[in-house]
Amino acid sequence: MTTKTAATTAANPTAGSYKLERTAEPAVLLHVAGTWRLNRATPTGDAAVGELAAMPRPRRVTFDSSDLGGWDSSLVNFVRHVYESCRRLSIPIELDGLPPGLKRLVDLAEAVPEATDARQSESVPSLINRIGGSAVRFGDTLGEVLEFVGEISVGVVDFIRGRARYRRVDFLEILRQCSASALGIVTLISFLSGIIFAFMGAVQLQQFGAAIYVADLVAIGMVREMGALMTAIIMAGRTGAAFAAQLGTMKVTQEMDALTTMGISPTEFLIIPRIMALVLMMPLLTLYADFFGILGGATVGATMLNISPISYLTETVHAIKVSAVVGGLVKAAVYGLLVAIAGCYEGFNCGNSSAAVGEAATRAVVDSIVAIVVACGTFAVVFNVLGI
Amino acid sequence: MAETINRDNGDTASNSTNGQPPAANGPSRSADDRLPHIEVRNLTMAYGDYVVMRDLSFKIRRGEIFVIMGGSGSGKSTLLRHMIGLIEPATGEVLYDGWSFTRAGADERTAMLRRFGVLYQGGALWSAMTLAENVGLPLGEFTDLTPAAINDIASLKLSLVGLRGFEEYYPSQISGGMQKRAGLARAIALDPEVLFFDEPSAGLDPVSSSLLDDLILELRASMGATIVVVTHELPSIFRIADNSVFLDSQKHTMTACGDPKRLLKESQDPHLHAFLTRRADSVKAELNNG
Repeated sequence: MTTKTAATTAANPTAGSYKLERTAEPAVLLHVAGTWRLNRATPTGDAAVGELAAMPRPRRVTFDSSDLGGWDSSLVNFVRHVYESCRRLSIPIELDGLPPGLKRLVDLAEAVPEATDARQSESVPSLINRIGGSAVRFGDTLGEVLEFVGEISVGVVDFIRGRARYRRVDFLEILRQCSASALGIVTLISFLSGIIFAFMGAVQLQQFGAAIYVADLVAIGMVREMGALMTAIIMAGRTGAAFAAQLGTMKVTQEMDALTTMGISPTEFLIIPRIMALVLMMPLLTLYADFFGILGGATVGATMLNISPISYLTETVHAIKVSAVVGGLVKAAVYGLLVAIAGCYEGFNCGNSSAAVGEAATRAVVDSIVAIVVACGTFAVVFNVLGI
Repeated sequence: MAETINRDNGDTASNSTNGQPPAANGPSRSADDRLPHIEVRNLTMAYGDYVVMRDLSFKIRRGEIFVIMGGSGSGKSTLLRHMIGLIEPATGEVLYDGWSFTRAGADERTAMLRRFGVLYQGGALWSAMTLAENVGLPLGEFTDLTPAAINDIASLKLSLVGLRGFEEYYPSQISGGMQKRAGLARAIALDPEVLFFDEPSAGLDPVSSSLLDDLILELRASMGATIVVVTHELPSIFRIADNSVFLDSQKHTMTACGDPKRLLKESQDPHLHAFLTRRADSVKAELNNG
């Protein structure tokens, strides 16, 4: 005598379905039928488990798959759920009625018990917890940065005294990357900055018939501030990111370890040449940028304001003070130092994956730009106090 | 866990087995053969609070090929990185010729490092330099040789690993197996006393990996170097190892130390036995019972 207790209606005759059948023993025979495919709606194991639990406790559970068409992981997963709940409820379950391949897959999935301690706990820390954590980390980072800067200072002194270990070829290559390779973009950006400056000034100054002072505006603006600032930001995006990516990759591929275990300090060998190169080249690039900025201003003067190049040049020469030029170059060197330190620090402390290299490069650019802007503000105050 | 030193005297006749250290140059090559060349003493390795392995203690004799074996993720490479100073131990220390490497100052450590050669998993060649420059760099840094002599020696080292004619290639232009051999050429550039190999056969086909084993045996026979190899390749282990340590990732410590061939015969430890016989059955059975 058999009683049908539950059945899922098969809307599509070939869709996967199951039904539980109580047999005389009392046992449960679980029929699986139709075609079970992941991309079609198939019954879930939980539904069957629910029905099974609602029945009087059977002595065992067996399967019948005589009407089964095709099957894939959807059926394996279904059987696995039933199998696991039966084991939890201590109901003996036999998989012999299933196709041999399916039985083997279920056996394989159940061969090793779940590693209960392997689950990562994903607790969301409270706000106070997070603030505290960041504060502690900030302190650690500050300490690390100070240590890094200290190491660099020692390295730079060694470098200047000619006692540092590095390859001259590498240094020349980095010098080239920090200077000649950047000329194109520095030319473009500084020329355009000069034009923008001149335009802004021209609109206002023309109203007072003082158009010639556009030359002063552009000259002072470029030489004192914008030349160094624009170049620094270009170099942060170009060279700072490149430093971080190069060093980060060397870390991932263990090239950095290879240097360390060879008794060669990566700081001396990789970082100091990069820092020296950028600090030395930034002032030169800035002078170059100043020149093109002024040229941009002169272009606006000649085409829009009818100022002859000669009078523009004369006015410019009058406007520029040596102290302003020197101040600009000092700023450039400092910006260069900041960009190089940020790039090298992030590259040096990069994690061990390709994603980490990308993050290091991103952080290098962000750190550099923040540092540049903070330094720029500091310089403004200091130069003001010193009367430069 | 029994500490045994089982040596294959046929292979090691040329080195320090019988109290005769290889050509001693300088005080560093200790003539005292009673001292183990390398000693790991009560080493505990941890990442933060997570203990990878605890209480590791073993000795490596001069001229021995010592294998660090264990399953994936058991901390074999981490142990190697501790031994060469890339990671500081949580507790314990590593000694070379009786001198603590862990407690050595920066200069002493650099001096000790120069007697090591390390072959990293991926070769870790400096990608901006040619093979000859890679091999020549340590020579240029630590010897007074002229550039021509450095090139000459670099080319000799490259031909020792079968890369004659590839001097001017960049690492990216050669295959993974060749990169590894070039890395080996760089590791032996300064005729090191200790050679470390991190998974030398990883990513190599069986033939290349067997050739690398030949090369390791050859280097030991010719240079008399002590060789420490991290690997889980059984054919390599049985072929090259004189002595070994087994790291059990579940017990978080070493569970055996000795000649792997002897361990295979004598060990009762199910994990080690499963590892050495390449059979998962015993481990599976234990998991199911536990």
